[in-house]
Amino acid sequence: MITIYHYLLLGAVLFSIGLYGAVSKKNAIAVLMGIELMLNSVNINLVAFNRFLTPDAVTGFIFTIFVIVVAAAEVAVALALVVKVYRERLTSNVDEIDWLKW
Amino acid sequence: MNGTLEPLFFWLISAVIVLSALAVVFMKNIVHSALFLIVTFVGMAGIYALLQADFIAAVQILVYAGAIAILIVFAVMLTRRGDIRASNPFNGYAIIASLACLAFLVVTVSMIFNSGFEIVESVGKSVVEPLAIAMMGDFVISFEVAALLLLEALVGAIILARGVKKEQ
Repeated sequence: MITIYHYLLLGAVLFSIGLYGAVSKKNAIAVLMGIELMLNSVNINLVAFNRFLTPDAVTGFIFTIFVIVVAAAEVAVALALVVKVYRERLTSNVDEIDWLKW
Repeated sequence: MNGTLEPLFFWLISAVIVLSALAVVFMKNIVHSALFLIVTFVGMAGIYALLQADFIAAVQILVYAGAIAILIVFAVMLTRRGDIRASNPFNGYAIIASLACLAFLVVTVSMIFNSGFEIVESVGKSVVEPLAIAMMGDFVISFEVAALLLLEALVGAIILARGVKKEQ
């Protein structure tokens, strides 16, 4: 029998993997991939909460759709930034992008 | 969903998702990471289908596996430099980060098991119709704001990537 705890555990494991990718990679695009994994694991949690706790409401699904919208907007702008930075500095290594460092 | 087959599908899809998510982080070639990211997204659509969220599963395939993954592959293509076989290195914080993430996982799992959820039994039904009614009713302001946000992101991404022409 699959309960809500299975889905929450899956979400927690995926969030940790995404967090690890986001903080431990050098390439800015790999960091973005980690952030996408984290957003997706949150979506699994929201859908599982909606299905198991309040099956008659659709609030969790609405939140999931808005998370997907924000993630799409975020990844579009972030990748445009990465391409722009690459043109200026010929690198996508987050350690070398230090224009704002004083 | 058939009650006897649901655990089988759940464990199968979960194994695929977790292994491909680990591959996203640990692959040395960033193109392989991007391709495993697509596998992860498609597996998550399977999880949504298991949870009887049919519309979310379709949106997941369309937006994540369709649009975002292609965008990431294009960004990899436009910023490639040096040896592609070692294009996805770790930075100096790999070990500390792994310890921190393991600690985070332990805390989250203990919190999950200490939380008492009251499960409400229900029969699965399609979510498209109630979703549309809620989206155009209670959540119509957020719906319009999301439309504006997408427009802003579109214009911002184009201006950032293409640059602004100077007036003569």
